[in-house]
Amino acid sequence: MYTKDGESYFIVDAHIALWDARPANQLNIHGKQFIDCFYDYHRNLSPESELWPYEDYLYYGGERLMKDLFEDGYVDHAIFQPARLGAFYKTGFGQTEEAFDLARRHPDKLTYNHCWDPRFEQAGLDQLRRDAERFGLKGVKLYTAEWQGRSRGYKLDDPWSYRYLEACQELGIRNIHVHKGPTIRPLDRDAFDVADVDHAATDFPELNFVVEHCGLPRLEDFCWIATQEPNVHAGLAVAMPFIHTRPRYFAQIIGELRYWLGEDRIQFSSDYALWTPRWLIERFVDFQLPSDMTEYPPITVAQKKKVLGLNAAAMYGIEVPAGLGLAEPDPVAV
Amino acid sequence: MRERQAWRALDAVLDPELDEPITDLDFVRSLEVEGTRVTVHLRLPTAFCSPNFAYLMASDAKDVLSALPWTGEVVVCLDDHHDSDLINRGLAADAGYRGTFGDEAEESLEELRLTFRRKAHTAAMERSLTSLLRQDPELKPHRTVLADLPAGQATDALLRRREALGLSTDPASKVLVDDHGNPYPAEETPVRLRFARSVRISIEGNAHFCRGLLKTRYPEAKANA
Repeated sequence: MYTKDGESYFIVDAHIALWDARPANQLNIHGKQFIDCFYDYHRNLSPESELWPYEDYLYYGGERLMKDLFEDGYVDHAIFQPARLGAFYKTGFGQTEEAFDLARRHPDKLTYNHCWDPRFEQAGLDQLRRDAERFGLKGVKLYTAEWQGRSRGYKLDDPWSYRYLEACQELGIRNIHVHKGPTIRPLDRDAFDVADVDHAATDFPELNFVVEHCGLPRLEDFCWIATQEPNVHAGLAVAMPFIHTRPRYFAQIIGELRYWLGEDRIQFSSDYALWTPRWLIERFVDFQLPSDMTEYPPITVAQKKKVLGLNAAAMYGIEVPAGLGLAEPDPVAV
Repeated sequence: MRERQAWRALDAVLDPELDEPITDLDFVRSLEVEGTRVTVHLRLPTAFCSPNFAYLMASDAKDVLSALPWTGEVVVCLDDHHDSDLINRGLAADAGYRGTFGDEAEESLEELRLTFRRKAHTAAMERSLTSLLRQDPELKPHRTVLADLPAGQATDALLRRREALGLSTDPASKVLVDDHGNPYPAEETPVRLRFARSVRISIEGNAHFCRGLLKTRYPEAKANA
C-alpha cells in the first residue's frame, strides 16, 4: 500500500520475474546478449539513484525480491510472468522452482503464472495440465518470439495455440499475458503484429488477453484492436519508466490508452527486476499531464487507483482490504 | 570528397520503422574510403533489433553506395547483432533477403517496407492537419487540400511520403486520405485523425527509445537523443 496526500493506493505489480542470467546459466552468446539488452533498458530508463550493478542484475534472488517489492516497494501483491527462453539459458531465464517456492510461502503476496509453448504440441499440452494443477494456475505468460530449434516464434492463432487456449479455458486459466514487446522477435513481416491477439480474443471471449508493454512498439495497432475486443487489456511493463526519462511520451501513452481502452483495462507493472516498483509508484501517484497537453483529460486519483492495483486485483480475484477500493457513494442511513 | 559523397548517399537510407535517416540516428559506426573501395560498419540500439529491418537497412546502404559512379567494392557490415554473421554473409554474397535468411523468410521485404511507408505517411498527414487545427480550430480537416498547407518542412515531408506511396501530390488533393489516397467520409474524420495521432505518437516514441538505447549501448555515439 502507498499513501500520499491522504489517499491510499492498493498496489498490484502485475509483471515481475525471478531470473538467473549468470554466465553459468547462459547456454550461448545469446544468453549474454539478452541480459545485456535488458541491462541497457535498465540503464537507459532508470534514475541515477536506482541503478543496479551489473552483477546484481544478473541474479538477485528471492530474498532481495521480497525486500524490493514488499518492504521498500509498497507492493501488496505481485504476479510472476516467467519467460522460459530455453534456447538461451540452461535452466531457463525465469526460475520456476525458486519463484513457485516463494509464491507457496507467501500466497497472500505472490501469484505464480507459468508459461507454455504450442510448438511442444501434445507433450506440452499434457505438461500444461500437470502444471495447472501443480501451480494452481490462474494465468500464463506467453513469449511468442521465443526461439525453438529453427523456429523463431509462433502466433497466437496457430492451430496448436488454439488447442492450448482451449485447455486454458477448460482448466480455469483465464488470464493470458502475451509479450509482444521489445527485445526478441521472430523473422516475419512485422514481428510485433498484434493481429493474432485480435483473432484469439475474438474466438476466446471468456479469456482475458493482457498485452504486455501495451503493444509498444506498435501502440497504435494494439489500441486499434483493443477498442474492438473488450477482453484485451494493456500491461504497462516497459512503458512505466518513461515517466522519468520522457514524461511527455508517458503522458501520451497513458492518454492514448485511456482514450482507446478506458481506465479499467490498464494494469501497472514494474517489470521487476528491469526496474524496481518503489520509484515508479511514487512518480505515477505524483504524475499529472503537462499543462499544455490539452488533448487529454487530467488523470484522476480514482484512475490511478485502478491502474495501480484495482484492475489487476479484479482480474485475479485478489481481495482488496476495506477502505482501499474506490469510495462507494454513502449508503442511505437507516 | 568521396567520403562526403558516401555519407550523403547514406542520408537516403531510412530506418523504415522510425522514418528517419540512419545517419541522423547514428547507426553508421564508421565509413572508410580507400580508392574505389568503401567499407561501412553499422550498429543498432540492441543486439535483438528486428533482423528483417536490420537486413533492410544494411542492404539499402550497400545499394546506395554501389550506385555511386566511382565505387568498386562496397563492404557493409552489421556489428554486434544476434544475426550479424548471417546478415554479413548474405550481404557479402549479395544473396538477397531470402538467400540470407533461407526458409525463415516467408515474404519479400517489400510488403514490410510498404507497411511502414504507410505508417510514415499517416503520421506526416496528422502532423500537418494538427498544426493547421491549432491555428484555426474551425478548420474542417476533411475539406483541407494540399494547397491549404503552409510552405515548410512538414508539408515537404508529407509530399515526399505521398510520392513514396504513389499518392497524388496535386494541390487540389485532399490531405486526409487512406493508404490508397481515398478521402474518408466526413463523419469518419474524427476517429481517423485520432488514430493517425496514435500512429505518430508510436513512431516518435519508438525513435526516442531507440536513440536512448543506442546512446546507452555506445556511449561514444553523438548525444542527439
